[in-house]
Amino acid sequence: MAKESGARSDTARPSSSVTTPAVRLRGAGIRFADRELWGDLDIDVVPGEFLAVLGPNGSGKTTLLKVLLGLQELSSGTAEVGGRRPHLGSHLVGYVPQQKAFDRDLPIRGRDLVRLGLDGHRWLIGLPNAAVRHRVHEAIEAVGATAYADAPIGLLSGGEQQRLRLAQALVGDPEVLLCDEPLLSLDLRRQQEAVELIDQRRRANDTAVLFVTHEINPILPFVDRVLYLVGNRWALGTLDEVLTGERLSQLFGAPIDVVRVGGRVVIAGMPDEAHGEHGAAHHHHAADDDHEPPAGRWRPWA
Amino acid sequence: MGLGDYLGLPFFQHALIAATLVAITCGLIGPFVITRGAAFAVHGVAEMSFTSAVAGLVWLHDPVLGALLGSIVMAGAIGLLGARQRERDSAIGVTLAFGLGVGIFLLGHYHGSIGSAYSILFGQILGISDDQLWLLLGVAGGVLITMLLIYRRLFFASIDPEVAEARGVRVRAIGLVFLLILSLTVTEAAQIVGTLLVLSLAITPAAAALRLSARPVAVAVFSIVFALIAADGGLLLNTQAENVSPSVFVTSISFGIYLIARVGGHWLRGRRSRPPAALGPTGP
Repeated sequence: MAKESGARSDTARPSSSVTTPAVRLRGAGIRFADRELWGDLDIDVVPGEFLAVLGPNGSGKTTLLKVLLGLQELSSGTAEVGGRRPHLGSHLVGYVPQQKAFDRDLPIRGRDLVRLGLDGHRWLIGLPNAAVRHRVHEAIEAVGATAYADAPIGLLSGGEQQRLRLAQALVGDPEVLLCDEPLLSLDLRRQQEAVELIDQRRRANDTAVLFVTHEINPILPFVDRVLYLVGNRWALGTLDEVLTGERLSQLFGAPIDVVRVGGRVVIAGMPDEAHGEHGAAHHHHAADDDHEPPAGRWRPWA
Repeated sequence: MGLGDYLGLPFFQHALIAATLVAITCGLIGPFVITRGAAFAVHGVAEMSFTSAVAGLVWLHDPVLGALLGSIVMAGAIGLLGARQRERDSAIGVTLAFGLGVGIFLLGHYHGSIGSAYSILFGQILGISDDQLWLLLGVAGGVLITMLLIYRRLFFASIDPEVAEARGVRVRAIGLVFLLILSLTVTEAAQIVGTLLVLSLAITPAAAALRLSARPVAVAVFSIVFALIAADGGLLLNTQAENVSPSVFVTSISFGIYLIARVGGHWLRGRRSRPPAALGPTGP
């Protein structure tokens, strides 16, 4: 894979870049029986780019990830990951789910969890294998989890579990890393650590990152571009292009103010949807639910 | 009669082979039963196999065949009734109660020896015919081959369903296959220890193994070894006390191992040093 060097301050790259885009969507749309989730989506995500996917609950952020994982067919248009149609079990894609605590009694160590990311989707029994062990070891070391990789995973803290999840997603050396709210229920410091690890990785390995989140602030310093999904409209561009009062007001069809305070973005006036800045707030998502939880009322933050 | 005399008798050889097969399959699925929260499904399938065994006795003159057929129906039913555990458990409870009633009704229409019915509930390990042994061998072989084939995917789907699905494992389909394996294994085990005591082979050894290790391989090996000790050991002990049912020994050994594992596991966990960072609170 061609390594790009140099600063990554240039954010929105032209889609005519020489390299194959890590993710390419053309006229992509998802339509469920009665409503369009999003449509006519055109994106090229270049290798190493950090794309934040924002939007209110139910706007189809998770569905976008499902399309790229090969779990969901597009209703229209095309999707490509690494130049190919998304397909299940692709080694080109790594996936980090929401932080969700493991049961204390699960018969699995962090090391085993990471290995599942490499060959857990295969048939038969995973026999001991020096090459596999080495890759797992390296993935664990890369996220700094070596010290506790042999402890039962259920006994680890949320931050430790999420590091191991990241190692699990990266052990196959994917070209695209899909993160679905991976910071939920982590405290601020663990959030920052997790995002920094992701940022290091995409710089070192040119891994493209699609980061679905409610919270732009923890990832603000690392984001190259933002995809904002609202209803069936969307906006794509740099932070400065998309996170403006004018642009968001257009998207939502309601007056919205965006304020930058001390390196943070505060969005105010969001209609009906709880979204934006609320510090280390916890969203309690229903487990195993395909859909995002019902939107809470807008509430001011302290 | 000494132990040596017993080992020369065909019925005892049958019993040992059957107990070994059942122990291996039960020990293998046990850890999955626990991690998937399917203990009640085991109980439900076991008790429903009473109903289908009686039905088999009445209509097919073969309780084992009836129970095996019934277990396939039961697996399909549980699979369709719900993927979520709470929903599934209440559905099992509901059908279980009705099924037992049907079983008792059918038993009223059975005019053979009452011993056959009794043995369904408490096991008939010492009365296994050639045909039944072959059937058990076939079932155990099928269960083992299937488990070997799907082991990694089943493990992934049981531990980490969300990521497993994202990686292309068909979590729901593999759950259905596991339910079928579980039903067949449990029904097979019911022949040995009886429908009422199946949990002592399908749950207890795995529960003991989980107290001792978090390494997937070690848990699987411990679980199988414990089940073997309980099933074969119970049978061998029975030769020294013939007036006690072998099921009593099987369940007692199984329970004894669990108690030892709990105490031992507590001691092990206390001894293992954990990095302080992992023990501390998550707060900054």
